[in-house]
Amino acid sequence: MSNVRGSEPNPVSARDRLERRLQFVLPVVVLAAGIAIWHLIVRINDLPPYILPGPGAVFATLIEDWSVLWQSLLVTLTTTLQGFMAAAIGGVALGLLFSRSRWLEYSLFPYAVVLQVTPVIAIAPLLLIYLPQQLAVVACAWIVAFFPVLSNTMLGLNSVDRNLAGLFRLYRASGFQTLRYLRLPAALPYILGGLRIAGGLSLIGAVVAEIAAGAAGSGSGLAYRIAESGYRLNIPRMFAALLLLSIAGIVIYALLALVSYLMLRRWHESALGKD
Amino acid sequence: MSLRGVTKVYDTGVTALGPIDLDVRRGEFVSLLGPSGCGKSTALRIVAGLMTQTSGEVGVAAQVRENSVRQPIGFVFQEPTLMPWASVRDNVGLPLRLANLSRDEAISKADQVLSQVDLAEFADAYPRELSGGMKMRVSLARALVTDPGILLMDEPFAALDEITRFRLNNDLLDLWRKLRKTVIFVTHSVFESVYLSERVVVMTPRPGRTSAEFRIEAPSSRDEDFRTSAGYAAQCRDVSAALAKTSGERPVR
Repeated sequence: MSNVRGSEPNPVSARDRLERRLQFVLPVVVLAAGIAIWHLIVRINDLPPYILPGPGAVFATLIEDWSVLWQSLLVTLTTTLQGFMAAAIGGVALGLLFSRSRWLEYSLFPYAVVLQVTPVIAIAPLLLIYLPQQLAVVACAWIVAFFPVLSNTMLGLNSVDRNLAGLFRLYRASGFQTLRYLRLPAALPYILGGLRIAGGLSLIGAVVAEIAAGAAGSGSGLAYRIAESGYRLNIPRMFAALLLLSIAGIVIYALLALVSYLMLRRWHESALGKD
Repeated sequence: MSLRGVTKVYDTGVTALGPIDLDVRRGEFVSLLGPSGCGKSTALRIVAGLMTQTSGEVGVAAQVRENSVRQPIGFVFQEPTLMPWASVRDNVGLPLRLANLSRDEAISKADQVLSQVDLAEFADAYPRELSGGMKMRVSLARALVTDPGILLMDEPFAALDEITRFRLNNDLLDLWRKLRKTVIFVTHSVFESVYLSERVVVMTPRPGRTSAEFRIEAPSSRDEDFRTSAGYAAQCRDVSAALAKTSGERPVR
């Protein structure tokens, strides 16, 4: 028996390595299979592109319409970024204000919740009536994205180790010092978690608002292209635009995850290895 | 440092402490020894100003020296209580930064204290990279960095393994002999209290009062020889008996 074991050094770590490789290989396999099935369905049923375009047609459209789609993507990303920045700054600032003043928290927090639970698709047409279009679209992105930042900031600021708080009192730290050296660093992992959620949400908010704006007959973002292509039965372009949106969402999430990792890797459990 | 008739009643109506009287000379090493929950930590927190007493008076004669930051008390918690996001150096320098010293001043003083506790080479490490004993020494360095007259220690070594605890006991004694701080050391270990202190104050169960005092006879340089000496064992037995009597349990044979 011992010979059998000896011939296979470190079976556990070998299995670990296999598992790690599978983690990357399996999604790619699923993707390839999905595209192949998609292609076959279109081929076998001989579907016309305005019903369901094949993957080849979508890819061709992506290249053919690249200049239009790229411009639209930039518009949508700009909106997303503006909404995200507003949500990040607004959420953290409001969280800080709430932590300073219970009064303010009691007065405003319920309305932050109301804003969060009301579907943005229902608010967007109203905002488009009362605000200039670009501002309305950014406002939608902000509404969707700011709440996770706010609630995570509040949670983080209240998650300070009690003994550390006592230590700061012992050394008579001022409110500002306690915030700068204790509460903000302690809240940082929570805030970064909120921002990671907010990144994807601000893209969703921007897209929803653009579609609402597109229904009103104007706009130039990627979501507007989707709506427009739908009216014109240019289905391949709808798919191409959708693909770009998904990729944008993935990139945004990956970037924010990277930022979070870089900021926390020296000390926070979430950024450390399993050992 | 003196306590006069100090009591603490919690909001829940539980009397946690006292009334208790305690005088500690400048430069003295006193242990508060008592069963869990007897209010000895509460007493320490009241001295530190982390809690306010319900009644009675606390007098702390601050010895403010020319070059010291105006912080008469250093406190070592039961947990290392370090900021995980800051390096060892920044953790130790924190009290100085809070006293509005420049970063450079804080760093140079922190490095100086870190070398006193043999951690100079770990100044750039982060707390998670250190062992439990090393974290506790960082915590001790931080308490010493303001050069306080009084050092309050709340069961600082209780969570450590025995070997590490013995080592830190000796390190603490070395530091105390060198720096001559007033030390008030809270512990529930008879052996630790007798080994370390000049005087052991035994406290009753809640509400904690002082029930007995022992002046510990020991050679001026306490070391592992003292730990195995007959005198040490005898004094441990006496203190243990007193503790058992106040706790209402049978003494350790």
